[in-house]
Amino acid sequence: MTETTETRTADPVATVSSTLLEARDLHVEFTSRGRRARAVDGVNLSLGAGEIVALVGESGCGKTTLARTLLGLERPTSGEVRYGGQPLKYGSKALKAYRRQVQLVLQDPTGSLNPRQTVYEAVAEGPRIHRMPDEAEVVNSALARAGLRPPERFLLRYPHELSGGQRQRVVIAGALALNPKVLVADEPVASLDASVRGEILALMLKLRDDLGLSALVVTHDLGLAWNIADRVAVMYLGRIVESGPVEQVLTAPRHPYTQALLSVLPESPERVVLTGEPPDPTRIPGGCRFHARCQILASGKAAEAGVDARCRGELLDILPASALSQAACHYADATG
Amino acid sequence: MTAPLETAEPAAAQAAAGPARLGTLRYALSKAGGALLSIGMVIVGTFFLFRLLPGDPVRNLAQGRNMTPEQLDLERHRLGLDLPLFDQFLNFIGQTLRFDLGASYEYKRPVLDLIGDRVGATLLLAGTSLVIAVSLGLWQGMRAGWRHGSRFDRFSTGTSLVLWSVPTFWLGLLLLLVFSSWFQWFPSRGIQDVDAPDGFGYVLDVAHHMVLPCIAMVGVLYAQYLLVMRSSLLDEVGQDYITTARAKGLRDDEVRKRHAVPNALLPTVTLVFMRIGFVVGGAVTVEAVFSWPGLGELFYAAIRVPDFTLMQGTFMLIAVSVILMNTLADVVYHILDPRVRSA
Ligand SMILES: Nc1ncnc2c1ncn2[C@@H]1O[C@H](COP(=O)(O)OP(=O)(O)OP(=O)(O)O)[C@@H](O)[C@H]1O
Ligand code: SF4
Ligand SMILES: [Mg+2]
Repeated sequence: MTETTETRTADPVATVSSTLLEARDLHVEFTSRGRRARAVDGVNLSLGAGEIVALVGESGCGKTTLARTLLGLERPTSGEVRYGGQPLKYGSKALKAYRRQVQLVLQDPTGSLNPRQTVYEAVAEGPRIHRMPDEAEVVNSALARAGLRPPERFLLRYPHELSGGQRQRVVIAGALALNPKVLVADEPVASLDASVRGEILALMLKLRDDLGLSALVVTHDLGLAWNIADRVAVMYLGRIVESGPVEQVLTAPRHPYTQALLSVLPESPERVVLTGEPPDPTRIPGGCRFHARCQILASGKAAEAGVDARCRGELLDILPASALSQAACHYADATG
Repeated sequence: MTAPLETAEPAAAQAAAGPARLGTLRYALSKAGGALLSIGMVIVGTFFLFRLLPGDPVRNLAQGRNMTPEQLDLERHRLGLDLPLFDQFLNFIGQTLRFDLGASYEYKRPVLDLIGDRVGATLLLAGTSLVIAVSLGLWQGMRAGWRHGSRFDRFSTGTSLVLWSVPTFWLGLLLLLVFSSWFQWFPSRGIQDVDAPDGFGYVLDVAHHMVLPCIAMVGVLYAQYLLVMRSSLLDEVGQDYITTARAKGLRDDEVRKRHAVPNALLPTVTLVFMRIGFVVGGAVTVEAVFSWPGLGELFYAAIRVPDFTLMQGTFMLIAVSVILMNTLADVVYHILDPRVRSA
């Protein structure tokens, strides 16, 4: 996470004023085998026009569930998803209209493409069911925008005839064909070769610059967040525990969990090893949800600051959807 | 791969379709070659298999009749059974290649004629049952897989597992007992009444006779189609491209019809072909239980006598048709699946 590939939108407050997609006090629960898993447990998040927000956190913390709920593929248990200032409606007509605004890119391009569809069929499917005119033209320009040039060369190919990077470009083209305002990308490069990751990320930045596309990029790679995002939100056990402009959060992390995540990067001076059980959304601890694993509490620093009792017993407020740097931590609050 | 290519070549994509087609032809030819080899092995294998079987065909023929040793020798000579084994083998191969399957000891008629008399009844019963079993099984398996865990799913899976585990002859006897002996709704044997009417009445009469054997055979076959379809649909439902399709705005039934079902059908159809042996096995048993005058019953009767030429002829015919069906399945799969096609 040493180089920045692109300049970022400068004023973080300005982005929030033009909020496009928003989660308000979002909760998503699953019941499996009689146990309630609070996969998303109170999330406020906003995504401005032309903004790229990275959502980071370890496996199982609820990133995919949050992303799917923002897309309307999952229904929230409570709270709401808002788009363009309006709450998302779940009727089939309203949802279908919403699909033209917000599109999805998944991790594994091989799985995301129907193996029996040609590139043309895959990209044309969206425009066709939304009855967009000039289907062939739409497909060609979407492929070109996704960096597959000349488009004609790819139209009749099948996914298995393409490289991993080309497949992901086809997936992106399929999303772009609907002219969306927002891309929700769930680990978009995690299954790609290191050599093509940069190219796909550069493509997303270019799409933001050329088309003003916003993106929520789910990742557990902090370096990736640094390279691509304007803002970053750190998720732990169903909730966002720290968020803010990427430089602030990643260079001066305030939440102990973010600090622990950053400490495993090669540049980091010392490594924080988290102890305790891995988080389980069916058993979210009381007090601060991170307290059983928190290195600040374990090392006695929290006790020095006099917040250890609150760490164990006092619930933290849900962070608001602010563009400013913020952390949900008693210790960070007390020490400033 | 990301550098934009300077040379625009719109023709390249179309040209790519050519070699794929050629590949299919080459594949079909190689499969046909393999099938011919297998058929050759079946013919050779049949010869030795039926020479190894215990019992002397001529002596069996003589059962119940008084024949002198001289008469037996004469009969043996007439059938070519007194020649050295190698000469018998050459004769057998030569005749088989000329589609001469010999004459039945029992019926004193060419085996091929007997088969010709019976093949229609088998095709009628097996074909009808297969069509019903495949359509019912695939449809029900599709619904069960799409809504897995639902009541419909549990009911369908439960029924098919029961039918799957019931022996065919047992199911046949149960049907006979209940619907033929008890209620007397359907005849218990044969394909037509002795005094069968003509024309449309004849068709109705045959259909009436076919109901029970058909149910027995569908009961045996359809469970596997249901279970296979259900599990291959379940495989597809978990795939990311299903999520992608939903996210593009396809309705639930559109996702099912355009993506999940076509892809799930591919492995299913192949399995349907591959397991054609089940149909053959089912037909032999069902025909025997219901005295349905088809190839299965002919084979069964030949075993009871035992009538070696007849057994050998029907056996080869059945084995060869299974090989041909499997080859057809390979080629169809190859044409339908672009991944296999270009490999
Ligand atoms: N459909 C579901 N039914 C039951 N539990 C679910 C379902 N989807 C997700 N969960 C649970 O919710 C929690 C969050 O899962 P989610 O997939 O959102 O995590 P994630 O952050 O995307 O993890 P990863 O980095 O591994 O993709 C997990 O504990 C998971 O087991
Ligand atoms: S609130 Fe306390 S336990 Fe929770 S992260 Fe902060 S210091 Fe650690
Ligand atoms: Mg995930």
